[in-house]
Amino acid sequence: MSFISYLVNGISLGSVYAIIALGYTMVYGIAKMLNFAHGDVIMVGAYVVMTAIASGGLPPAAAVLLAVVFCTILGVVIESVAYRPLLNAASSLAVLITAIGVSYLLQNVALLVFGANTKSFSSVVPVPALVLAGGSLTISGETIVTIVSCIVIMAGLTLFIKKTKAGQAMLAVSEDKGAAQLMGINVNGTIALTFAIGSALAAVAGVLLCSAYPSLNPYTGAMPGIKAFVAAVFGGIGSIPGALIGGILLGVIEIFGKAYISSQMADAIVFGVLIIVLIVKPAGILGKNIQEKV
Amino acid sequence: MKKMSKTTRSNLITYLMVIVIFAVVQIMVSTGHVSSLLQGLLVPLCAYVILAVSLNLTVGILGELSLGHAGFMCVGAFTSAFFSKCAVEAIPAAGVRYFLALLIGAAAAGICGILIGIPVLRLKGDYLAIVTLAFGEIIKNIVNILFIGRDDKGFHFSTKDSMSLGLEEGGKVIVNGPQGITGTPKDSTFVVGVILILVTLFVVLNLMHSRSGRAIMAIRDNRIAAESVGINITKYKLMAFSISAALAGVAGVIYAHNLATLTAQPKNFGYNMSIMILVFVVLGGIGNMRGSIIAAIILTLLPELLRGLSDYRMLIYAVVLIVMMLFNWSPKAIEWREKYSARFRRKNGKSAKEAA
Amino acid sequence: MALLEVNNLGISFGGLRAVNEFHLKIEKGCLYGLIGPNGAGKTTVFNLLTGVYKPNEGVILLDGENIVGKKTIDINKAGIARTFQNIRLFKDLSVLDNVKAGLHNHYKYSTLEGIFRLPKYFKVEKAMDERAMELLSVFDLDKEADTLAANLPYGKQRKLEITRALATEPKLMLLDEPAAGMNPNETRELMETIRFVRDEFHMTILLIEHDMKLVSGICEELTVLNFGEVLAQGDTSDVLNNPEVIKAYLGE
Repeated sequence: MSFISYLVNGISLGSVYAIIALGYTMVYGIAKMLNFAHGDVIMVGAYVVMTAIASGGLPPAAAVLLAVVFCTILGVVIESVAYRPLLNAASSLAVLITAIGVSYLLQNVALLVFGANTKSFSSVVPVPALVLAGGSLTISGETIVTIVSCIVIMAGLTLFIKKTKAGQAMLAVSEDKGAAQLMGINVNGTIALTFAIGSALAAVAGVLLCSAYPSLNPYTGAMPGIKAFVAAVFGGIGSIPGALIGGILLGVIEIFGKAYISSQMADAIVFGVLIIVLIVKPAGILGKNIQEKV
Repeated sequence: MKKMSKTTRSNLITYLMVIVIFAVVQIMVSTGHVSSLLQGLLVPLCAYVILAVSLNLTVGILGELSLGHAGFMCVGAFTSAFFSKCAVEAIPAAGVRYFLALLIGAAAAGICGILIGIPVLRLKGDYLAIVTLAFGEIIKNIVNILFIGRDDKGFHFSTKDSMSLGLEEGGKVIVNGPQGITGTPKDSTFVVGVILILVTLFVVLNLMHSRSGRAIMAIRDNRIAAESVGINITKYKLMAFSISAALAGVAGVIYAHNLATLTAQPKNFGYNMSIMILVFVVLGGIGNMRGSIIAAIILTLLPELLRGLSDYRMLIYAVVLIVMMLFNWSPKAIEWREKYSARFRRKNGKSAKEAA
Repeated sequence: MALLEVNNLGISFGGLRAVNEFHLKIEKGCLYGLIGPNGAGKTTVFNLLTGVYKPNEGVILLDGENIVGKKTIDINKAGIARTFQNIRLFKDLSVLDNVKAGLHNHYKYSTLEGIFRLPKYFKVEKAMDERAMELLSVFDLDKEADTLAANLPYGKQRKLEITRALATEPKLMLLDEPAAGMNPNETRELMETIRFVRDEFHMTILLIEHDMKLVSGICEELTVLNFGEVLAQGDTSDVLNNPEVIKAYLGE
C-alpha cells in the first residue's frame, strides 16, 4: 500500500509542479525568456492568502481569489516595467538577469514585510481526507484538490488556447512575433496576457503547495520554481502537455527517490533524470527539435 | 600590425587596473581605512573575480549559457581542502602545499568540466543552461552526503554517516558530510588571490587572442561556417568549457583555504551562486573581461557598503540590478544614451574650438 | 581523372525526393555552374558535397577518393571549401580574424604555446597575418582588415566569405549564389575576381547562380537541375540553347 500512497503523493506534488511549469512554459514559448522570478510569485500568492485569512478575516475561497487577482496584477506589472523594455535587447541574457533581479526584489520585499521567520500556513482546503482499502490508504483532502485543480486547469487552458481568439493569438505570437504583428495581433497585449495567466496560476500553485507543505518563508518559492522549470524543460519547453507530463514525472520521481533511495539525494536524482532525458531527447519529451537550416 | 598592439594595450590596461586596485586597497588597509569586515571580504572577492572572468570565457567567448559554475568551484574547493588537510603534516611548507592544492583543485574541476561537457555541450542555449544548473546541484548534493575518514589502514568512504566509516582508534574524519571539512589550513591571502586573478587573466586573455581562441569565437559566431572551414567544434567547445571549469576550481581553492569550516550550502555552491556570477558577467559586459572584474567588485562590495541601511540593503541591491540592466541593455535606453552623448560631444567640441 | 566525380547521388527528406540520380564531373581548373529554378535542389547538392547532409545513396569522388559519410570538417580538410547563400561570417570577429580562422588547419601551434606566448606563437601568428593580408588584398579588403565583419557592406561580406574559403587552401570551391544582392557593377567586378582566383590559385570552382549574365560570362560548363534531377549538362552555350532548359526556365 505504501507504494500506492507514494505514487499518489508524487502525482500530487507533480500536479503543483505542473501548474507552475505551465507558467514557465507559456512565458518561454511566447517571450523566449526564462522568467526566474516566477517561483517567487508563488511565494507572494501564499503570503497574500495567509494575510487575508489571518488579518483580513476573509473566508479561504475569497482569500484565494484575492491572491489570484493580486498575482495577476503583479505579473503584468513586472512584465511591463522590467521585461518589456528588454524584449528586443541585443542579448537574451539581459532579460534573464533582470528576472533574477525581480526575484531578489520579491524575496526581499517579502522579507521586509513578513520577516525571515518561517510561518506555518494553515491549509485552506475544506475537503476531508479519503480513506480507502479499509484504512490502509489515506488520501488527504489537499492531495485530492491539488490533482483535481491540475486537471481542471490543464483542460481549461487547452480549451482557451484552442477555442478563443486570444488563445490563437498566443500561439501565433509564440510561432513568429513579426508575422503575428503584421497580421494585426497586439503582440505586447498578448505577452501581457500570458504573464497574467502564468502569474494567476502561480498564485493557485502557491496556495496548493503551502496547503500540502504548510510552511512559508520568503524563499519558499525558489526551489519549487527551479524544479518546475526543470519539469517544463523535461516535458519540452513551450509545450503545455509537456509541462503536465514533466511536472507529474518530476513529482513522482522526487517522492519515490526520497522514499526508496535517499532523502538527501532526492534532488540529485531529479536532476540526474533530467540530464539523462535531455541527453537522449535534446528538446525534452514532447519538444520539437528544430535543425538549423543551412 | 596595428591590431596586435591594440589588443596588447587593452590587455595591459586590464592587468594594470588589477594591480592599481590592489595597491590602493593595500594602502587603505595599512592606513586603517578598511573595516575588518571588509578586510574579511577581500579573499572571497578574489575568488568571485576569478569566477566571473572564467564564466565569461564560457558565456562571452564560447557563447554558451552555464548556470552550474558554482559546481566547478565546489569541486575545486573540496578536492583541494581535502588534499591540504591530509597533507598538512606531510608537507609543512605552506607555499608548496598551496601550490599543489591549486593544481589539484584546478585539475579536478577541469576534469569534471570535460566529463560534463562531453554529453551536454551538444545541447543548445537554454537547455544547456538548465543541464549545467542540474549538474551544479548534483555536485553540491553529492558533497553533502560524502563522508571520508582516514586511519592507519588508509581511507574509508561512506555515504551514510561518520559512524559507518568504521574508523580505528585514532582515525580522523576528514570530510564529514553536511558538516563538510573543518580545519583546512588558512593559506589563502589577498596577495595570493590577486596573483591568481592575474594568472587567470593571463590565461583567458592570451587564449582569446590565439589560434584556439579564434576557433572558439568562430564557433560562437557561426557554428556551421566554423565547421565548413575545418574547425573541430567538439574539441574547442570542450577546451573552452574545461578551462573555464578549471579556473572556477582555482577560485574554489582560494575560497576553501580561507575558511575554518568548508560546507556545501545553497548559498555558496548552489545555483544561487552560479546566478550571482552570471550577473557579474552580464552586467560587466558579455565577453568583456575588464567589465567582469569591475562588476564583481562593485556587486560584492555594494551590500557591504549598504550595511548601514540594514534590512533595506538587499532590496536596494535588487533595484539597482534591475535599473542597471534596463539602462545598459534596453534598446530605448541605448538610443537615448547615444543621443545624449552625441549632443554632449558636440557641445564639448564647440567649446574646445572656441577656446582655441 | 576528374577532380570531382559524383554518381547516382540521391537524398529524401521525409517523403520528398530532394535530389535524385544526380551526377557531375568537374575537371581540374574548370569554372563550373550549377543552375536551375528555385527549389530545384542546388543548395542541397552543396550540402551533400560538404557533408552537411548524408546522401541516401551515391558516391562523391574527390581526387578519386570517396568522401561520402565524412564529416564536414574532414571534407574541408580533404579539399572542399564553400560559401553560403545566406552569408555566414564570424560577425563579431575582425575581417582579418575571419581569414585567420580559415587558415586554422594550415598554420598550427598548440593551445599552450598560445597561452604562454612561446616563440612559436609569434612566428606562426606573424606568418598567418602575412598570408591573411595577402589573400585580403586579392579581394581589395586589406584596408578593412580591422573592421568587424558584421560592419562590412553586403558586397564585401560576400567577398570576405570567398576569401575565408580560399584560406582553407581547397582543391575545389563551392560558391552559393556569390552575386546575390549585388548591383551590376559589383557583379561584373566579382566575375573578374572569380576568374582571377581560378587563374592565380589554379582553383576549381563550382558555383550556384541565378544571374545568367554571370553564368554565361564565366562558366565553361553547366549542369541544370530541375526538380532534383539533372535536366541538361555540358558546355555552357550548348546547355543554354537547349530547348528543355529554356522551357524549365521560362515555363510553357
